Amino acid sequence: MLDHYIRAKRAEKDILLMTHIVLGYPTMDKSLQIVRAMVEAGVDLMELQIPFSEPIADGPVILAANQRSLEQGATVAECMEQAKQAVSGHTIPFLFMSYYNILYKYGLDRFAADAGDAGITGTIVPDVPPEEGEEYLQAMDTRNLSPIFIYAPTTSDERMRYIAQYARGFVYCVARKGVTGEATAFSRELDEYLARCRAATDLPLALGFGVKNQADVDFLKGKVDIAVIGSETIRVIDEQGVGAVGDYIRGLAA
Amino acid sequence: MAKPGYYGPYGGAFLPEILVATFDDFREAFASAKADPSFWQDYLDLMSTYSCRPTPLTHAENLTKHFGGAQIYIKREDLNHTGAHKANNVMGQGLLVKRMGKTRVIAETGAGQHGVATATMAAKFGFECTIYMGEVDVLRQRPNVFWMERLGATVIPVTEGTRILKDAINEAFRDWVRNMDSTHYVMGTACGPHPFPEMVTWFQSIIGLETRKQCLERVGKLPDRVFACVGGGSNAMGIFSGFLDDGDVELVGVEAGGHGVDSGEHAARLASPDASVGVAQGYKTYFLQDQDGQMRETHSVAAGLDYVGVSPILSHLRETGRVRFSAATDKEVVEALELTIKKEGLIPALESAHGFVQAFKEAPDMSPDQVIVINQSGRGDKDIFTVADAFGDPKWEKFIKDKAEEYHA
Repeated sequence: MLDHYIRAKRAEKDILLMTHIVLGYPTMDKSLQIVRAMVEAGVDLMELQIPFSEPIADGPVILAANQRSLEQGATVAECMEQAKQAVSGHTIPFLFMSYYNILYKYGLDRFAADAGDAGITGTIVPDVPPEEGEEYLQAMDTRNLSPIFIYAPTTSDERMRYIAQYARGFVYCVARKGVTGEATAFSRELDEYLARCRAATDLPLALGFGVKNQADVDFLKGKVDIAVIGSETIRVIDEQGVGAVGDYIRGLAA
Repeated sequence: MAKPGYYGPYGGAFLPEILVATFDDFREAFASAKADPSFWQDYLDLMSTYSCRPTPLTHAENLTKHFGGAQIYIKREDLNHTGAHKANNVMGQGLLVKRMGKTRVIAETGAGQHGVATATMAAKFGFECTIYMGEVDVLRQRPNVFWMERLGATVIPVTEGTRILKDAINEAFRDWVRNMDSTHYVMGTACGPHPFPEMVTWFQSIIGLETRKQCLERVGKLPDRVFACVGGGSNAMGIFSGFLDDGDVELVGVEAGGHGVDSGEHAARLASPDASVGVAQGYKTYFLQDQDGQMRETHSVAAGLDYVGVSPILSHLRETGRVRFSAATDKEVVEALELTIKKEGLIPALESAHGFVQAFKEAPDMSPDQVIVINQSGRGDKDIFTVADAFGDPKWEKFIKDKAEEYHA
């Protein structure tokens, strides 16, 4: 189970790193190279995003990567195949991240079955709140996949407890308002929010949105179990190429 | 209804967690406004003093004679302030924004009508206003951008995605998740997450309520058929709302057939087999999408109908058989527009002219004691650049070239 893995790993490390890539960006082959480089650099979990034409929760960096991947003809079937290759040979857990329409059109049961067969551990789908997630949750449960749910600073304590009933693996805490890829103030306010998250669930916590350097990761030690680096790795790839990914990740965990 | 915000299997609120609390407040504010008779009265007062409500129902006697069948009546939403039914929704949401105590509004716009209407509302109510518009549309619709900016709005060209209406909607959502404390998103049509479809339909129902009353008073009976164009579906839901319980009144929605429903270049979601059920932009409905669920490009001569999704309420009303759907091609639309201008001196918007096409196809086979109503949702004269292009008027082209010369001089 995903939460067991996270707890076991946390016994060895103060904080775990989860990174995010968009499948098919910059190309299908290169996204596999990036996975390899990230795992070798010591990443503990990875999100593989299946691109969607309307990614409303993503900011310009990830949005452009989605768009580019689709322009190059990425299909969901191909992403499944790539995911299978990414997972094989690595021992860390891989999650699919996408938007609900991708799963819905593929068929929720079929998606869960194929993701499970590919070795995927769980899914992050930001536009399906538990209220709309009945079929989704059932499909994930049947295949023993962890549906990762999200907390936001605007989520009330009561709702955090409600969401916790459906969450498996860990809870993904969004650091602030807005979309992916913008700056986050790592402040006392964030501490208070994370304390609320901590009180609402026994599951491990991940924090994402705006985490980009070693200072950010250090700030989160002792407060969450996983730091999520999303847009920043794509920025590194855009600016310095695929070869720079390993050093960047090692710099975060130092 | 099993779940709130559902119409059969369509609708819902597929929201990112960051917006859930905002929607809780929004739903509550809307429910309390809807239950408060003084709110609707304020709305009627505003629309009768700031816009031209009630809008007339015009007997199109020349068109009726021309087709020799049913009596053709036209509901004149083009006479609203800013020239289209969009004003109804926007002014209603403006009153709601005031009630919620927010100070800033944002909106998406395709052709620019909804953007101009929202900027107008913001000017009147003293709200800050930002309009998201696909870069492609900004280039196509300069006159509307000009007016939005004069009205004090900031127009942000959206360079992401396919740079059209759906991308502008995504960008507006991205703004909202950052600024929800101060900001309300004025969705332009009866789409999006609950309660948008219900709320926009409620404000637009003023069209149908008036039409029903006008028919009974002046024609002495209810219409036999009602025609409306369908983009997102707000003008159609508006006029249909007056007749949903009148089982004998046939309701007809007309979508953008573009180059033909078999051409792949159209925006017919309910009148073609090309669309399928999906979930995007926060709601479940029929979308023009590929088999992976990626949204496709759409085409229409009328920018206001050029959208991948459609109101979940209309998806449901098609399924129950209450509303019948058809599509009109670009070419048919231009012909219907030309005929209406010549025969009646009325200039419907290209969007609205889609409804006219289907009405003109059916009127000759009906008898003179039957009555049809067409919703003229907007006026076409202010879209002179688009309409002149659609007509391919050589004198207009020369005028534009000469004008360009003047600027060079």
